[in-house]
Amino acid sequence: MRIPPSITQKIAKISLTLACASAVAALVFVIGFVLVGGLKHVTWAFLTEPILDMGRAGGILPAIVGTILMVFVAIGIAAPLGIASAIYLAEYTQEGKVTQTIRFGINCLAGVPSIIFGLFGFILFVVMLGFGWSIISGGLSLAAMVLPTIIRTAEEAMRAVPRNYRDVAASLGATRWQVVTRAVLPYALPGVLTGVILGIGRSIEETAVVIFTAGSAVQMPRSLFDSARTMSVHFYILAREGISNDNAYATAAVLICTILVINITAYTMMHRLMRGRRAA
Amino acid sequence: MRMDSITCTDLNLFYGDFHALKSVSVSIAPKRITSIIGPSGCGKSTLLRVFNRMNDLIPGVRITGDVSVLGRPLLDEDILKLRRTVGMVFQRPNPFPLNIFENIAYGMRIHGIGNRSQVEETVEKCLTGVGLWEDLKDKLKTGALSLSGEQQQRLCIARALATKPEILLMDEPCSALDPIATAHIEELMQDLRSEYTIVIVTHNMQQAARVSEDCGFMLLGELIEFGKTTQLFTAPRDERTEDYISGRYG
Repeated sequence: MRIPPSITQKIAKISLTLACASAVAALVFVIGFVLVGGLKHVTWAFLTEPILDMGRAGGILPAIVGTILMVFVAIGIAAPLGIASAIYLAEYTQEGKVTQTIRFGINCLAGVPSIIFGLFGFILFVVMLGFGWSIISGGLSLAAMVLPTIIRTAEEAMRAVPRNYRDVAASLGATRWQVVTRAVLPYALPGVLTGVILGIGRSIEETAVVIFTAGSAVQMPRSLFDSARTMSVHFYILAREGISNDNAYATAAVLICTILVINITAYTMMHRLMRGRRAA
Repeated sequence: MRMDSITCTDLNLFYGDFHALKSVSVSIAPKRITSIIGPSGCGKSTLLRVFNRMNDLIPGVRITGDVSVLGRPLLDEDILKLRRTVGMVFQRPNPFPLNIFENIAYGMRIHGIGNRSQVEETVEKCLTGVGLWEDLKDKLKTGALSLSGEQQQRLCIARALATKPEILLMDEPCSALDPIATAHIEELMQDLRSEYTIVIVTHNMQQAARVSEDCGFMLLGELIEFGKTTQLFTAPRDERTEDYISGRYG
């Protein structure tokens, strides 16, 4: 028997709404759960004091510093390298077997579990290159991990820029590099930045890679060659070894707030940038 | 003897295996409007894009034969300089999502020519040249995308003029415009004729008849006939031209 279209329309609308609502609900629940459990333990002292007694007491300042440094190293390397690769793939080569192979490789890398990158970083940076467990080893390994995401997102953003911008720029006598910098990148920027932001987020939340390559020192790092822990690793160790549930929650709350702040700032900046460009 | 702006001798162009232009020979006279007509896919846009080497951007394109632009062999000329000398206007108005001023200044910025006041002067001159200055002089900082289709296309013409080209290639410049805007752009072409060599590709025969002095008819990659527009439309020498202009196909 044929179900009347008006009924299928109703069913579709209700199920789609429910699906979306449950996705949002799960998100709100997780974030809410962590914030409710954690925020009450977050004090100024917690943010500014050293880790004492393996995390049972004191604050998380070294973990915050460790996180910031490691993300800086990771993105400082992965963003320029990734964007340059994306420019090469999108603008400087012709589509063919080679680019398809490269792209396939990148897509595979994007799906590799992070612990593999941890192992890779451990063997290459920590042992072979002798960087030891350090922020630099951790940052380099994280860079390798987020590179595929940045390349892929940036390339897609560049390919989405209308062809005729390139044609016009070329017809006015622009070199290929000028076409890239003046007719492609400005309009691909929001997409390119989205990839970088995703990379920042993944670096902040990563634990496996960091434990393998940066260790989990509780001291304040004094150089990039010191071992350090990130907030994610600190949370993992506190929770897994049952050191302090309250501090684990508090760390998680700080972590989530950090990611929220980064995302909100980045998207606001992007929005401003785009609006400015359109109006200007 | 006057020098032709563009000459082609036995020009062949291949997209991979596809033979898109077949032994085209033509001379385009300076400071005149030359139109190229023909049904879709006849190669008229491809021919136009030979003149500023836009086909180079497409992989797998191969060209044989001789082409000279302003007396110099096409391939001898530095490609970036060539594109400065040979401006192009595209089918759809395609301003950059920048403001009006920056759109016109785009070419000058690329070539790093002109100081601030020279750029301003050129922008004014080009906008005046396309009849937009009076309307837009107070809103040079507004986005070009907020303009009407006709204004956008005029802006694109001004943008092409800003690098001071000698030849202007127009690839169906009115096909995305309404009849009134089309008439205005055609008037503009008449105004520009004294200073530029204009080559226009159009599938609109009436337009070719209205605006151009010389006209070529292309079919399946061949230039069937080339001559004075009046002669081509009133007394075509080739039967295929006659069939086309009398609307038997196309």
